[in-house]
Amino acid sequence: MYVDKSAKPSKMRWGELDEDDGEDLDFLLPPKQVIGPDDNGIKKVIEYKFNDDGNKIKITTTTRVRKLAKARLSKRAVERRNWPKFGDAVHEDVGSRLTMVSTEEILLERPRAPGTKAEESKIAGDNLAQLGKGGAVLMVCRTCGKKGDHWTSRCPYKDLAQPIETYIDKPAATEKAMAASGATEAAYVPPSKRAGAERTSGSDMRRRNEENSVRVTNLSEDTREPDLLELFRTFGPVSRVYVAIDQKTGVSRGFGFVNFVSKEDAERAINKLNGYGYDNLILRVEWATPRSN
Amino acid sequence: MRPILMKGHERPLTFLKYNREGDLLFSCAKDHNPTVWFADNGERLGTYRGHNGAVWCCDVSRDSMLLITASADQSVKLWNVQTGAQLYTFSFNSPARSVDFSVGDKFAVITTDPFMGVTSAINVKNIADDPSQQSGESMLTITGPTGRINRAVWGPLNKTIISAGEDSVIRIWDSETGKLLKESDPEVGHKKPITSLTKSADGSHFLTGSLDKSAKLWDTRNLTLIKTYATERPVNAVTMSPLLDHVVLGGGQDASSVTTTDHRAGKFEAKFYDKVLQEEIGGVKGHFGPINALAFNPDGESFSSGGEDGYVRLHHFDPDYFNIKI
Repeated sequence: MYVDKSAKPSKMRWGELDEDDGEDLDFLLPPKQVIGPDDNGIKKVIEYKFNDDGNKIKITTTTRVRKLAKARLSKRAVERRNWPKFGDAVHEDVGSRLTMVSTEEILLERPRAPGTKAEESKIAGDNLAQLGKGGAVLMVCRTCGKKGDHWTSRCPYKDLAQPIETYIDKPAATEKAMAASGATEAAYVPPSKRAGAERTSGSDMRRRNEENSVRVTNLSEDTREPDLLELFRTFGPVSRVYVAIDQKTGVSRGFGFVNFVSKEDAERAINKLNGYGYDNLILRVEWATPRSN
Repeated sequence: MRPILMKGHERPLTFLKYNREGDLLFSCAKDHNPTVWFADNGERLGTYRGHNGAVWCCDVSRDSMLLITASADQSVKLWNVQTGAQLYTFSFNSPARSVDFSVGDKFAVITTDPFMGVTSAINVKNIADDPSQQSGESMLTITGPTGRINRAVWGPLNKTIISAGEDSVIRIWDSETGKLLKESDPEVGHKKPITSLTKSADGSHFLTGSLDKSAKLWDTRNLTLIKTYATERPVNAVTMSPLLDHVVLGGGQDASSVTTTDHRAGKFEAKFYDKVLQEEIGGVKGHFGPINALAFNPDGESFSSGGEDGYVRLHHFDPDYFNIKI
């Protein structure tokens, strides 16, 4: 909006415009004049006032009136805007508060924030690459046992080997189960320990699982793996989350493990979450195995 | 965005409808009074008093002068939008479920529920220019589908009527003769009752929502399935953006189990999906119960949702909504 205000004399201040100075001489002034708006939207308002010294002054205010593009309401809609209220709305007092603006800011919640997923995997990739550089020993093929040559998924002998069992993910559960069943003959023997299993043992994988592993105890019964993931992923990429569940009752045993891709993240998580109040319980977060160093 | 909350209804919402210019929003609820609101600031303009049962559906004429409402009190009423005066009452012998004005507002299609031995039916009524000349005669009555017919709308050029309902089949009828022209393929169609049906702005395709936890996009002419949007809860309401390629699904778990589970389990958000890529764009939270009704403003810059909680929430989008990329 363009406003050109040419006041003579120009000493006029806004605070004085409406001030009454005792004696009312306004009736002596010529009436206010409004010219336009013309084709160019220029509107002129000419007013007369007395200034402090009692002199008559003429104030010309020139404004350009511009229609906002947004105000593209249909004529009918503008008419409807002025319709009288009817039905139950007639006697509506202003304080009835039928219509409220939410005090809460509601956002269109994205299923995942744009870009986060890609970034996360990039970090993880970097870490793995670094680890690979640091010691080639980490790259151990679980199928043929060759070190530093290829990853398990790229193993050239993959098809020849027996199917990879997928239970290695839960060593804690396996251990517990074994301990519980004691020395009975029908005790569960993991496939890797069964007769005929060619591979040396799962020790490599075991080590891998314990890498940057964090034990979380004093969990509430309702806590499930996704909840833990939600809690811990803020510290960095998480490679594994596990909550011990009682096989018989299906209830959580109150502890779980979280593996981080990087040790620093795990350390930060321990520092931050040990003693953290979660579901009315105080979490205990520590390294899963006593660190050797 | 800060939604505008409108608490005019005392019972769950059932239907929402904008007029053509998008300045008025009509809401129907299980209380007996359909209500009209100003769609920009949510101010209540008036209520239409006269029904004696839940109001299931409504439609407004193109000139925003005539409102038609279908109610469980076995009647369909015509109203003067401006004054709230009742103009005419169509009486049926079973609850009326849905209404839709034809292009040109000369006809209305009304569906009625199965009730006390009466089967469900689709009725076509003539709408007179002058309400005093209005007659209650049905031009055409179609029966056949079993169970409730939850929605019936006019096809292109008023030549067909598209209906969907509890038998989870979408049917296209000839609006002149009442002959069944097409039925949706049971292989690809919905597996559970269809709760809602919305036409696109140009009428070339339409969207159906079903209790089988999915919404499907169909071609109006040949009834071929175009897209399926899968979600994790029953869909009660669907709508499409007239501006962007977005579809919105509303629903949630059964109202009866709301109080017995955690509020997070309810999933009472309005879910936005990309119409073409079928990918979820986001969700808008807020309701305390399942969403029963959704409507997009014809300008595409705001939408409203009505829930089992009795609230209408009017959302004016933030500017960044229009630049969302997946």
